[in-house]
Amino acid sequence: MATEILMPALSPTMEEGKLAKWLVKEGDSVSSGQILAEIETDKATMEFEAVDEGIVGRILVAEGTEGVKVNTPIAVLVEEGESADAAPAATPAASTSAPPAATPAKAPAPAAAAPAAPAPAADRSPDWPEGTAMKTMTVREALREAMAEEMRRDDDVYLMGEEVGEYQGAYKISQGLLDEFGERRVIDTPITEHGFTGIAVGSAMAGLRPIVEFMTFNFAMQAIDQIINSAAKTLYMSGGQMGAPIVFRGPNGAAARVGAQHSQDYAAWYAQIPGLKVVQPYSAADAKGLLKTAIRDANPVIFLENEILYGRSFEVPELEDFTIPFGKARVWREGSDVTLVSFGIGMVHTLEAADKLAAEGISAEVIDLRTLRPIDYDTVIASVMKTNRCVTVEEGFPVCSIGNHLSAYIMTHAFDHLDAPVLNCTGKDVPMPYAANLEKLALITSDEVVAAVKQVTYR
Amino acid sequence: MAGRKSTAKSNTSKDDLLAYYREMLLIRRFEEKAGQLYGMGLIGGFCHLYIGQEAVVVGLEAAAEEGDKRITSYRDHGHMLACGMDPKGVMAELTGREGGYSKGKGGSMHMFSKEKHFYGGHGIVGAQVPLGAGLAFADKYKDNKRVTFAYFGDGAANQGQVYETFNMAALWKLPVIFVIENNQYAMGTAQRRSTSTPDLHTRGEAFGISGEVVDGMDVLAVKAAGERAVAQCRAGQGPYILEVMTYRYRGHSMSDPAKYRTREEVQKMREERDAIEHVRELLLQGKHASDDDLKTIDREIKAVVNAAAEFAKESPEPAEAELWTDIYA
Ligand SMILES: Cc1ncc(C[n+]2csc(CCOP(=O)(O)OP(=O)(O)O)c2C)c(N)n1
Ligand SMILES: [Mg+2]
Repeated sequence: MATEILMPALSPTMEEGKLAKWLVKEGDSVSSGQILAEIETDKATMEFEAVDEGIVGRILVAEGTEGVKVNTPIAVLVEEGESADAAPAATPAASTSAPPAATPAKAPAPAAAAPAAPAPAADRSPDWPEGTAMKTMTVREALREAMAEEMRRDDDVYLMGEEVGEYQGAYKISQGLLDEFGERRVIDTPITEHGFTGIAVGSAMAGLRPIVEFMTFNFAMQAIDQIINSAAKTLYMSGGQMGAPIVFRGPNGAAARVGAQHSQDYAAWYAQIPGLKVVQPYSAADAKGLLKTAIRDANPVIFLENEILYGRSFEVPELEDFTIPFGKARVWREGSDVTLVSFGIGMVHTLEAADKLAAEGISAEVIDLRTLRPIDYDTVIASVMKTNRCVTVEEGFPVCSIGNHLSAYIMTHAFDHLDAPVLNCTGKDVPMPYAANLEKLALITSDEVVAAVKQVTYR
Repeated sequence: MAGRKSTAKSNTSKDDLLAYYREMLLIRRFEEKAGQLYGMGLIGGFCHLYIGQEAVVVGLEAAAEEGDKRITSYRDHGHMLACGMDPKGVMAELTGREGGYSKGKGGSMHMFSKEKHFYGGHGIVGAQVPLGAGLAFADKYKDNKRVTFAYFGDGAANQGQVYETFNMAALWKLPVIFVIENNQYAMGTAQRRSTSTPDLHTRGEAFGISGEVVDGMDVLAVKAAGERAVAQCRAGQGPYILEVMTYRYRGHSMSDPAKYRTREEVQKMREERDAIEHVRELLLQGKHASDDDLKTIDREIKAVVNAAAEFAKESPEPAEAELWTDIYA
C-alpha cells in the first residue's frame, strides 16, 4: 500500500520549513533509516530519515520549496510493483484540524459577553437546617475540630508540619492532636518546607491524604514549586490516573507588625492556578465546614487562614457531620444599593463598612466568597444585577488581585447592569512596613471601603 | 563558675579581654532593654533576643577585619551591635521610628548597614545562607581578599538551599565562613528531633568543606576558631564551617512559652557556662581589672543602653510619605 511521507516537525515550535534538498529521486528504493531529504527549520538544517522501506513513487514537493507546512505530504512511497497513482489524494493541510471545541472550564474561562442574559440562579440555600443547635467557638477550635473529626473518620489523613506535634502548633491549631493520634499521624518536621511538601505530595500520589501545615504561608514560598508543579498539575499530566488529594493550610496575610517578609496575602497567587482549589474562610463555621470538605476533596486545596481571626468567636452548628461545599458564597447581609464582595479577613472591614454605610442610609449587600477557586460567580452576578454597583475588598496587593478578576467577570457578564465602574479596595502596592503608623496605612480599612461605596453610588 | 577551664591563650591582652567584656555586656543589656520595651508595647511583632549567645558574634568579630561582610537571620541585634552599628539606630528600628536603621520600615528582623557591611536581618529561615555565599562571590569576583560570615541556626541547617550553597561555595572556592549558631533549639524543636546526624560541622564533608565544632560560650575559643577559618578563606582555599555550640536563655521570640525545656536546664547553662561571667573571671583572676573597674564598665554600658532606649522612644514615627518610598531604586 502506498504511504505518504509528511513534512516532519523537527522542533517543538516548528510550524513550517524549507525542503532544502532531496537525497533520493523517484524510482529509488529506500530502506528504513535512510536519509531522504534535508530540511531547513528556522534554527537549523536537519536530515530527514525514512521510517518505512519502499520505493519512492512520487515526489510531491520539489526541493528548494520554502514555507512547507508541517504534515504536508512531500512524497509517496510505494511497494514493489505498485503504481504511484495508488497513493491517496494528498490531503492538504491535514494538520490544521482544530482542537476539540473547548468545553469552557466551569470557572474563569472567558465567556462571550451576554448582556441580555437573565440573572443567574444563585444558590442561596442555608448551610445548615433551620433550628440546628449552635455553639460558640473560635476559628482556632473550629479548625482543630475539623482536623480531628476527619482524622477519626479516615486513617489515611495525617498532619505534617513544623511544630505541629510536641509544641502543639505554633498557633495552637493542632493542640491535642498528637495526644489523640500519635506520632504516626501527627508528624513534626525539620525546617525544610520544600522537602517535606514534596514528601507529602508524593504520599498523596500514593493514596494518603496529607494535611500540610505551613507555620505561615510566607514559608510556603519555599515549597511553591512542589505545590504548583507537582501537586496541582499531576492529575492533568497523568491523564487523570493520579492526583494529589492534599490540603495545604496555615495562616496567610498580615498579622501585626511582623514586617515585609511575614505579611503577605497569597490568595490571588494560588487562585490563578488551574488544578488547585483555594479556600479562605472568615467565620468559624466556614472554617470548620470548608476544612472538612477540603480534607475529603480529591484535589490539592490551598486553605488560607488568618492569625488575627484565629481567636474570634462565631456560632457553629452542632451537627454530626457538617460540611460546606466549595463554590458557594455566603450572603452575610442583604442590601439594595451596592454589592460588597470580600473573603477572609477582608470580611472584617467589609462588614464594618456595611454598618457605617447603613448608618448613612446606604444599603449594602455583603457577599463572602469563601472559596476563590471555584468562585461562586452566580451569587455575585445576581447581586450586581440587583444593586448595579460593586466594590470588592481584599488584603492583597492591587495588581492582578481577586477584585481585578471579579471586575473583569462582571464587566463581561453584567455590563449593562452597571451604573458605575467596579472598584477594588486592596492593600497598598508596597511591601508591608514595620512602623505602626505605616502598617496601618498599608492595610485596607473600612473607611476606604466606605469611600469607595460613596464613589460608586455618587454620594 | 569555679573550675571552668579556659582556652584563653596567655597572650590575650588585657585590652582585648576588656573589649570583649564590654561588647558582650552591651549586647546583653541592650537585649534586656528590648525585652522591657516589648513588654511596654513599644516594640511589636516578632522580637528574637540574643541573650546567651553573645560570645559567638563578639568572638568572630574579633577575628574579622575592616571590609569583611556579615549576614544573619532575624536573631540579629547582637550581630549589629558587635559589628559597630549604633545602638540608638538599632533600638529605634525596634520601635519602628524614623531614626532606625531602616527608617522604621524593617523592624527587629530586617535591618541593614552598608557602612558596616551588615547585610541583614532575614526572616525566612535559611535564606541568608546562599545570600552570604553571594556576598563572598562578589568579593572573589573583585579579588579583594574579603571574607563573609554567614550566620544561621541549627534549625536552618536542615534547609535544602544550605546544601545547594555548600556545593557551589566549595566548587567555586568562595571566601565564606558558614557559622552555625547551634543553640540546640529551633523554636520548640530540640536539635535531636530534627537532625538525622547530630554533628552539623561535618555536613560539609560531602562537598569537601572542612569544619570544626567550637565552644560558643568561650569568646576566646570562638575568636581562635574564627581566625583559622578567616585564614583559610583569605588564602583563597574556599569555605569553612564553624559549628558554634551556644545556648539562648530566653524563648525563641517574645511570644514563646518555652515549655520544651526545663527551667533547670536553662539555669544550669546560665550558672555554669555563661560567656560574660567567664571573661569577667578571667579579668579578675588575671588581675586585669578590679571589681570597681568592672562596675564602672557596667555603668557605662547601662548609660549607652538607656540613651538608646530614650532615642528610640523620642524618635518620631516615619513620615506617612515613607510608605511609598524605597520600592524601586
Ligand atoms: C522558611 C521558614 N520556615 C519557618 C519559619 C518560622 N521560624 C522562624 S525561626 C524558626 C526556628 C529557627 O531555628 P534556628 O535556625 O535554630 O535559629 P534560632 O532561632 O535558634 O536562632 C522557625 C521555624 C521561618 N521564618 N522561615
Ligand atoms: Mg537554634
